[in-house]
Amino acid sequence: MSRFPILNPIFSLSLLLAIWQTLAITIDSPILPSPLLVLNTLISAIHSGELPHHLGVTLYRLSISFFLAMLLGTAIGLILGRHKSANNFFDSWLIILLNIPALVTIILCYIWFGLIETAAIFAVVINKLPNVIVTIREGARNLDEQLIEMAKAYQFSRLNTLRHVILPQLYPYIMASARTGLALIWKIVLVVEMLGRSDGMGYQIHLFFQLFDITSIMAYTVSFIIVIQFIEMMILKPLDKKSQSWK
Amino acid sequence: MNKLSVNINSKQFSSADRSTPRQVIANLQLELSNNEFVCMIGPSGCGKTSLLNIIAGLDHDFDGRVTINNASSTLKTSYIFQTPRLLPWRTVLENIQLASNNPVADTQEIIQLLADLGLQNSLHSYPQQLSLGMQRRVALARGFCTHSDILLMDEPFVSLDPPTARKARSLLLKLWREQPRNILFVTHDIDEAIQLADRLLFVSESPSHILASIKIDMPRAERTPLAINNFKQQLKTHSDNISALI
Repeated sequence: MSRFPILNPIFSLSLLLAIWQTLAITIDSPILPSPLLVLNTLISAIHSGELPHHLGVTLYRLSISFFLAMLLGTAIGLILGRHKSANNFFDSWLIILLNIPALVTIILCYIWFGLIETAAIFAVVINKLPNVIVTIREGARNLDEQLIEMAKAYQFSRLNTLRHVILPQLYPYIMASARTGLALIWKIVLVVEMLGRSDGMGYQIHLFFQLFDITSIMAYTVSFIIVIQFIEMMILKPLDKKSQSWK
Repeated sequence: MNKLSVNINSKQFSSADRSTPRQVIANLQLELSNNEFVCMIGPSGCGKTSLLNIIAGLDHDFDGRVTINNASSTLKTSYIFQTPRLLPWRTVLENIQLASNNPVADTQEIIQLLADLGLQNSLHSYPQQLSLGMQRRVALARGFCTHSDILLMDEPFVSLDPPTARKARSLLLKLWREQPRNILFVTHDIDEAIQLADRLLFVSESPSHILASIKIDMPRAERTPLAINNFKQQLKTHSDNISALI
């Protein structure tokens, strides 16, 4: 198969669709709609403008909380990884944050700040932040001291040291936490929307659940998967390639 | 003019069990001036790298002073390490531009220097694409592109094969003649030291201090292998405590 690399993913995806189709035909119940039915619903939801609206709102929340979490997490992770005393002090905070269930932070944020947009985004950031910190801290601990000494001996400015010496070494860790982060944030954003927002994918899926509209739930899920694949192929993969060009 | 004075009363490392800190340098004084090329020779583990790190300002945890021109002006150093220490994700040219603290030393000058070192075809290569000998030449270029009061070199030609090392040494002398500056060059190799230096500094076992400072008056052109060997023999008779280092 290695001679036809394009065949592999297409083949495996078709197989998945075939299994789904066969199951749908055998069960023959509204619990599991067929792929074709889901596709039809997806197209009509796009046409009505409903899905683009809710998907857009969710993507907006996702990107803001993603960038906030990544930015803060990288900064804090770098500090904790480089300064032992800071790390000793804050390590227990980090473990607490890591282990508070997402649902608890979401509910607390809504109670404390009200059912507002800021509370929703804050809740998502708080859930993602500790994961980013832990990953980046690991990277910051593994920085090459020899290169940092070199930068010091040649009096690099702080910005240059960060840009040219530290960040390139953290890059694999940043990419790893971006990937896992995207997946995690999707899931949390939906719960946040379900619990306290009146738009977005989470709100819609909750609505369909109450209406027992399984076809729509699956149509929305498919739209989701497509967007994620798009982000992976159009943004993350090229970034990977670009940063590895020196290897 | 550009007189560097180093005066270290004591440099200690706390050992693993913490009970007794290990003293690596004690009462070490040295001076460099007038674009002097000084080679420092000592047994391994005697704290030479610690000394270079102190002069380079990488290590502030010591008792003593490092000053330039007796004044409060800040000391500018460049440092050529034992390993090339190039940024693998930046090209040869970018590596040097980043380290060069002098914006006037424009790209053209750097390219000229790299061409002199036979690297004109590698300007946009990444360090991993170069051989170790070439990487060391890049590190050499980086050291010279930075305007500094002193150039520190920590066994920069170790682990090069003899012909490459010989070539690197003559390149170093050529660069130094074109862009004179103080050089403090640490080495194990007494032949290398005699070939390069204006003055030899012999350092004792740890806790290290200076055992002897010996000027070499012979012109560099006359430093043939035979002449170097004769000089070495003279040194051995010079004093007992340095003959062990030769």
